[in-house]
Amino acid sequence: MNRKTIIGAVFALLATVLVGTQALGDTFTEKDVDRWMQQYKAVAAKGRTLWTSPALGTNGVACAQCHPNGANTHPETYPKYQKQLGKVVPIREMINWCIQNPLQGEPLALDDERMWAIEAYLQWERRGVKIEPGKH
Amino acid sequence: MKINNATRRGFLKSTGLIAATLPFTQVKLAFAGDHPDINIAYISDSHLQHIKGTEFVRNWDRGLIRAIAETNLLDPQPDFIVYGGDLAQLGKKEELDHGAEMMAKLKAPVKYVLGEHDFYLDMGAYWEKLFGGKQYYSWDHKGVHFVVLNSILTYDKWINKWPSAAERMNQMAGLDNPNGSPFMIGDAQFAWLKQDLAKVAKDTPVVVFSHSPLQKIYKGWNFWTEEAEDIQAVLNQFSNVNVIYGHVHQIQYNRIGNINFHSVMATAWPWPYPESYAQAESHLPVLTVPMNRADPFHERDATGWQLIDVHTGRPTLSYNLYNNENRVVGPNDQGVPEDKQYASRATAPQKHY
Ligand code: HEC
Ligand SMILES: [Fe+2]
Ligand SMILES: [Fe+2]
Repeated sequence: MNRKTIIGAVFALLATVLVGTQALGDTFTEKDVDRWMQQYKAVAAKGRTLWTSPALGTNGVACAQCHPNGANTHPETYPKYQKQLGKVVPIREMINWCIQNPLQGEPLALDDERMWAIEAYLQWERRGVKIEPGKH
Repeated sequence: MKINNATRRGFLKSTGLIAATLPFTQVKLAFAGDHPDINIAYISDSHLQHIKGTEFVRNWDRGLIRAIAETNLLDPQPDFIVYGGDLAQLGKKEELDHGAEMMAKLKAPVKYVLGEHDFYLDMGAYWEKLFGGKQYYSWDHKGVHFVVLNSILTYDKWINKWPSAAERMNQMAGLDNPNGSPFMIGDAQFAWLKQDLAKVAKDTPVVVFSHSPLQKIYKGWNFWTEEAEDIQAVLNQFSNVNVIYGHVHQIQYNRIGNINFHSVMATAWPWPYPESYAQAESHLPVLTVPMNRADPFHERDATGWQLIDVHTGRPTLSYNLYNNENRVVGPNDQGVPEDKQYASRATAPQKHY
């Protein structure tokens, strides 16, 4: 046995010991894919709920009032140079900008789960649109 | 559009700081001999939004306050002012009262059009009480027949399916809400319209004011009127007929048969053109050269009001767009709406996507 086969045999042995008869990590079924998509869609749906609710701000205004179906947010172009800020920023900065200004709200932490729920929703509305980083 | 320097006259009082920043001192139109001068100021879609107590969303208030202040500077004053609908955001008494109080400052008489945001809480009852009692009506002025329609009605089945009036209003207020319902004028109003127009000579200029477009652009956002084709067929009997509508919060213009279509801007906020929603097909009139994109860092960008000159029967709209580039859309030599200056300028219009 050369080295490779020894390692291979050890891994095979480990796999049987650790996961018994379960499938290996890199195999998955249609059902798995569907399930993962549903997980994503549940987060995007949370984003849609936030999008149409006044909860992100203090004045009753919702993002959807100016951005029906998330239009005019261009997630496929970020990070990009935002001329008003004078630097390249991720879309989260613009989401926060609109929360603070038209919605008169407090900015979200960049890793707030509401933040990525909004991103998940915006990406869903732009599915199929070509990625064009940096485009104004 | 002709701009004749010799006959140009100061439309606005040229004193004062605000007047100096207004565009109309530069665009007073030439007079076409035998047609009387008819000028209309058009203010629309202010969406005054109640927060609580005496608090309203400041941004939307500012849009209407500015339109009113500027309209009052017009000299001479317009023949009348049209308010194009969506004065309120959720049809609340507080919002309509707030709007009525602001609108009372206008010097010229105002004709009101109903928007869906004024309507779906109490089906127009309080709006009627404040603004003249009729949801649709017509009148003649200097040889032009003017008609106001209530084009934001919808199916009874939809109206009656909600557990409360507030819920019904909320559902209709979401532009992109898949649980909404298409706009229409309904059978009774359609019968009235036919009867009203039957009395009018076919060569009389007709101008119809509606909230929704009376053409089918994009159903998903109700840039749409369910009976558009039937209404157009009735209007098309006239040789010089025009529709001016609000609701879309963006510049659109079109020609179908003899009918010139023009939209007006909102004082509250601009909307993306429907083509920028990637998941659905829409039909922006091909004639329309879109306006510039808005910069959200200027809260009044791409909001505004318009001065409409109707002296030949074909309207010319001068858009006063606050922080954006002003536009003038009027009939070309064939009478078809066009913005010659804008369409032919060196910088290509900004792409909406
Ligand atoms: C008063 C209207 C208004 C409201 C309300 C509003 N926005 Fe905006 N927003 C705009 C405008 C106008 C633009 C510029 C669009 C363009 O670039 O054509 C913009 C741009 C953006 C952009 C950047 C797009 C780009 O390509 O530059 C993002 C992201 C964004 N908004 C997110 C939001 C979020 C999230 C909310 C709710 C918290 C929100 N907006 C609420 C008006 C609004
Ligand atoms: Fe509106
Ligand atoms: Fe509307």
